[in-house]
Amino acid sequence: MNLRLKNNIAVSDSGFVFNPSTGDSFSINPVGIDIIQLLRASKSEHDIIEDLSERYDADTQTIEKDLYDFFTLLLQHQLAEKA
Amino acid sequence: MKNELVIAVSGLNNTDNPGPGIPVIRALRDWKGKKVRIIGLSYDHLEPGLYLPNWVDKSYQVPYPSAGSDNLMLRLKYIHSVEGLDFIFPNFDAELFTYMKMAPELQSMGIHTFLPGLDQFEERHKYRLPEFGEKYQLAVPKSLSVNSLSEVPAALSQFEFPVVVKGKFYEAYIAYSMDQVHNYFHRIQAKWGLPVIFQQFIQGSEYNVVALGDGRGNTIGAVPMRKQYITDKGKAWAGITLDEPALIEMTRKLIAANQWRGGMELELIKDRNGQLYIVEINPRFPAWVYLAVAAGQNMPAAAVKLAFGEEVPPFEHYEVGKMFVRYSWDNIVNLSDFEKISTLGEL
Repeated sequence: MNLRLKNNIAVSDSGFVFNPSTGDSFSINPVGIDIIQLLRASKSEHDIIEDLSERYDADTQTIEKDLYDFFTLLLQHQLAEKA
Repeated sequence: MKNELVIAVSGLNNTDNPGPGIPVIRALRDWKGKKVRIIGLSYDHLEPGLYLPNWVDKSYQVPYPSAGSDNLMLRLKYIHSVEGLDFIFPNFDAELFTYMKMAPELQSMGIHTFLPGLDQFEERHKYRLPEFGEKYQLAVPKSLSVNSLSEVPAALSQFEFPVVVKGKFYEAYIAYSMDQVHNYFHRIQAKWGLPVIFQQFIQGSEYNVVALGDGRGNTIGAVPMRKQYITDKGKAWAGITLDEPALIEMTRKLIAANQWRGGMELELIKDRNGQLYIVEINPRFPAWVYLAVAAGQNMPAAAVKLAFGEEVPPFEHYEVGKMFVRYSWDNIVNLSDFEKISTLGEL
């Protein structure tokens, strides 16, 4: 699935994410920050998996699964919507 | 308008269930280029605002609204003779009706107010919310007024559990059984009288908006907030300003439709499908109004300007992500001050 990060979502360098529509805030780890930045750059799911595979020492299947879980969280917390 | 204004403010009960008095005073003290002398109006000897001389210059005890408007007017005339009041900011729901009735007489004495009209005030009561929603095409939860215990079973048959049981002015509980409904009904009836309101429970996220209407259909200010920490009394102990245009739009629609005059607080719930419901319309600024001031919209000061006939352009911006976090503080007080307010009714 491809996601589009909502325009007004604020993400700091330290991984603090603020959703100004709901007032919710979250802390994400460095991999999460990478994914958010890739989403900001309008990368597709396929591109993100490829990018993460190059940067991190993990097999594609694990990356796919973890990315799917992370996407689900982004949708659940109204930080992103399906593209 | 004079350079120095004398403004009387009630709601000095800055407790764990705070009145808006001190936050309103804080906003007035932030008013750039305007000097204000603040006169506190108190009902109880232990209202914390009485003992905050940096915020309240002088305080007077006033009779409860239940003592009738004549007694209150008599007291206000005395206070006016000493202080020369320019404006009164009533901050309790229970006293607003009396002040609205007295507004023309106060105006003739040179004391301004900026309050909704009686019709506007009456139609937004919790027990009239369904009619209000229908009249102005605004989504509201189903509500019923219950005027006696014998009416409870019939009223409940129109709801599914859980149901929200509310007092006409304050307090709300979520009841999951008939026993809980009876328990809350008695508790609320004893404290706030009848009717007790039953309201459809809507699962979702709660939002609040503080707003100011100019009485001509214009929204002068509106700032939405989400409570981040809620006390056991349901009060916000921390909150954050939001960027949610739908909340502002609903506020503007309401103010345009019923020409609201004065401060207000909207309580809204957004359900899982994104549908917004107005749950309550409070006819005055809330205790968290200073968050809006800090975010860039000094609505209490704007309300005073409007009362004096000044043109006030609507606020266009506020800072999103501005937070407040309340704290408690043991203010040390001299017995002599307590004695003064207790015996003389002034401090």
